[in-house]
Amino acid sequence: MKYLLLLLCLISPFATAVVETYEFGNEVNRERYHQFIDELRCPKCQNQNLDGSNAPIAKDLRRELHRLLEDGQSDAQIVEFMVERYGEFVLYRPRFNAETAVLWLAPGIFLLIGIVVMVMVFKRQKSAPSVSNTDSASLDTDEQQRLQDLLAAADNNKDKPNA
Amino acid sequence: MQRFKLFLPLIAFVVVALFFYIMVSRIGDGEYNPQDLPSALVNKSFPAFNLAQLEDPSVQLQQRDLVGKIALINVWATWCPSCHVEHGYLNYLATEKGITIYGVNYKDKAPAALRWLQDKGNPYRLNIFDPMGRLGLDMGVTGAPETYVIDHRGFVRMRFQGPINETVWQEKFQPLMEQLESEQQAQGGV
Repeated sequence: MKYLLLLLCLISPFATAVVETYEFGNEVNRERYHQFIDELRCPKCQNQNLDGSNAPIAKDLRRELHRLLEDGQSDAQIVEFMVERYGEFVLYRPRFNAETAVLWLAPGIFLLIGIVVMVMVFKRQKSAPSVSNTDSASLDTDEQQRLQDLLAAADNNKDKPNA
Repeated sequence: MQRFKLFLPLIAFVVVALFFYIMVSRIGDGEYNPQDLPSALVNKSFPAFNLAQLEDPSVQLQQRDLVGKIALINVWATWCPSCHVEHGYLNYLATEKGITIYGVNYKDKAPAALRWLQDKGNPYRLNIFDPMGRLGLDMGVTGAPETYVIDHRGFVRMRFQGPINETVWQEKFQPLMEQLESEQQAQGGV
């Protein structure tokens, strides 16, 4: 009994996929079904695909999907069916249009910004040594003298053995 | 200028923090709901259907039975706790304010639904019985309660998820209902 419980505890985290059996007319449809439930998002849940969701609506949509597939509908028709009812939200890979443009373009834009910033930083680093050179050169004679004195004093201190 | 640059990360942080603070507080007020999805149905005509009437299964209801009036279409079920909360307000809307409400009895059992209407009052002009959630699917319903507003041409103008109460009515429904009425009058006058 104890071992059985332990076993259950071990396997339960993996048992997230919903077990439902549908009969398919052919193997291709079965594969398409699995591909679709993997890529369609449950409209009730914030981030779960139809495969992983136990929500009643996900169950309905799986049933509907099965019906559409067996009906001989094309992939495009099925996607259209889902989007018509639940919007682009149901697609984990939304189609490109005005509404989803931000989703598609944002990564590229951020990458571009990153590259620009990187280039700017590198450019600055290249010119940086010359800036510091001119800085030290711009010390006037008084300051130079003080600097020398300080360095000399530091050297002297170092040479002194600690009593 | 150089000084100012030092503060850029702080400024960026404050902006982001403010953004999240506002979002979280709006979720707290119920003003913003991350589960709220824009309905794909808005500004399209209400989906076609052919389903029995809850009260009298021999009557088949169709899309055209809902067209002609500005109305609410309320998706409800006896298994839905929020529908209990909402029901009293729907009664009030129907009797006191004279709002036309059509019901979609969603994935429910007819005897339970009929008993509910008898016990709690019936705010619905008619009830579409949708035991399999077929119509619900075409409407893009994700759960009950949900309420749709249709205009006099039968076009869906708003979808609202969750129970209606006084606040929600004042804020979301009232302005739209007034707008739709003036639209109807403008079109009726032509």
